[in-house]
Amino acid sequence: MSPWLVGFTIFVLYPLVMSAYLSFTKYDLLSSPKWVGLANYKYAFTVDPQVWPAVKNTLWFVAVSVPLSVLFAFGIALMLTRARYGGGFFRTVFYLPALAPPVAATLGFVYLLNPVTGPINSGLEKIGLEGPLWFQSPEWSKPSLVLLALWGIGNTMVIFLAAVLDVPKQLYESAELDGAGPWQRMRWVTLPSVSPVILFSVVLGVIYGLQYFTQAYVAASIASGQASAAGEGATNLGYPEDSTLFYPVLLYNWGFRYFQMGYASALAMVLLGVALLVTVVIVRNSKRWVHYGGAVR
Amino acid sequence: MSTVPVRLESSTFERRKVPRAVRRRRFLVSVANHSLLIAAAIAFAAPFVFIVLTALMTHDQALSPDLWPHPFRWSNFTDVFHNAPMLRWTLNTALYAGLATLGVLVSSIPVAYALSKLRWRGRDTVFLVVLVALMLPPQVTVIPLYVMWAKLDLVGTLWPLVLPVWFGDAFSIFLLRQFFLTVPEEYLDAARVDGCGELRILTTVVCRLAKPAIAAVALFSVLYTFNDFFLPLLYLGENPDHWVLSVGLSNFRSLHQVEWNIVMAATVLMMLPVIILFFLAQRAFVEGVTLTGVKG
Repeated sequence: MSPWLVGFTIFVLYPLVMSAYLSFTKYDLLSSPKWVGLANYKYAFTVDPQVWPAVKNTLWFVAVSVPLSVLFAFGIALMLTRARYGGGFFRTVFYLPALAPPVAATLGFVYLLNPVTGPINSGLEKIGLEGPLWFQSPEWSKPSLVLLALWGIGNTMVIFLAAVLDVPKQLYESAELDGAGPWQRMRWVTLPSVSPVILFSVVLGVIYGLQYFTQAYVAASIASGQASAAGEGATNLGYPEDSTLFYPVLLYNWGFRYFQMGYASALAMVLLGVALLVTVVIVRNSKRWVHYGGAVR
Repeated sequence: MSTVPVRLESSTFERRKVPRAVRRRRFLVSVANHSLLIAAAIAFAAPFVFIVLTALMTHDQALSPDLWPHPFRWSNFTDVFHNAPMLRWTLNTALYAGLATLGVLVSSIPVAYALSKLRWRGRDTVFLVVLVALMLPPQVTVIPLYVMWAKLDLVGTLWPLVLPVWFGDAFSIFLLRQFFLTVPEEYLDAARVDGCGELRILTTVVCRLAKPAIAAVALFSVLYTFNDFFLPLLYLGENPDHWVLSVGLSNFRSLHQVEWNIVMAATVLMMLPVIILFFLAQRAFVEGVTLTGVKG
């Protein structure tokens, strides 16, 4: 136990306290931190023109991708429980994309969704449709990332599948005796029984959504490199037009591109606050719709 | 799972004849369900198929609307190694994954045991702390940690990635604890009566019973390190010889101006180990995923 406590102190507690302290300083790694009071927070909330777009992008992404992923995963899990043939095969096909390393999956999607040469738009053209510009357009870059996220819902799906199969059979039988049709059984038996799992996936989805970094970083750097004719190695975070500038990307930019450790810490503290707030709100609200122990009210 | 109605008459030991209309409807629903599944499966498999096909094309084909490679260019896969220090990255990744996974197991198993099977003051508080550590976004602690590693002059090495997990990993502790809770107390008591120390109970009794969970934790750790991008991006520095696969692959195109067909070949090569691992250890995967979700 004690080595873990040592590790926790060094790698979690100390940086957490230190982060809070640094957020009130100006610190560029070279000279020692200089106390500036609330200046960093003031700059973030009132001056920095990129904070608000980054917040909006992040909230947009969480608000769209989390519900869609949960719905999608739940739908597929339901279909799988009803499949009489090839259940194992289908399960594998739906699960595999979740295993694809994020960097590799993102590279693949940037190629597939290339507006001119990618197979998706080529295919759309063959049936007479003009595909969107995907990662090259500010309107479609985030939806493209949502598609990428939906492709990788395998883990959520497996959890839902186990939960749906876990619903006691007697509940369905008694519901049917009471004259419940398929929709009513879904609404009053299946949904309440799996509601703890839905809550779990929503909370995790939101927490991971607030940390969303890898895919946005890779997609922006690859897509922008491909747009510029010279193709310099200079990565353009947020490409195109800051539409994929998510909050963690902004934080990375300030901390590890410009080495403004004080300001980046202030951004990190705001992230911590929002993550805590959102989690608490969801868990509080959940008491109204989550049922434990199969008790159906 | 939709065969519930048949059991309604079970008290009479006689199967009710299902009316024809109902049977017909059930058949149609089943056909619709399977068609939807097939359509979704095609959508899920398509990206893999296109990536693999492109990895076999020539450069010109990859930029054309052609979907089928003609001719198949298998040498793309060897070109990957000529274009970038791919072998080096693979070795670095293997080292990172190996050391980190070993560290996770050595450090997390005893902590999980202490949190589930031993009684001591403050246990619940510590478990709460584990949960908080689990939820904490890495961005919140990364800046002071980076400063610390920079001062120790260890940025550009694997140390900042490997060392922390040797002190325990919140996710693994959580998962193992959930599993250890299901190990019956009687086994432990029996061992204690026989004069077994706690450490021996842990290594001989608990670890043997918890093999599936330990396998799942090891598997997740290997996967996590293999996929990890944010921390390696920060800590491995500018020298490509220190990179792991994920960082290398993300710079593959911009660094070397490599063609898409080669990039896709590299992508396939990076996906392959994970997929092979999945088919070798399918049970551990599914059990592990469900364990995190259902009991969470």
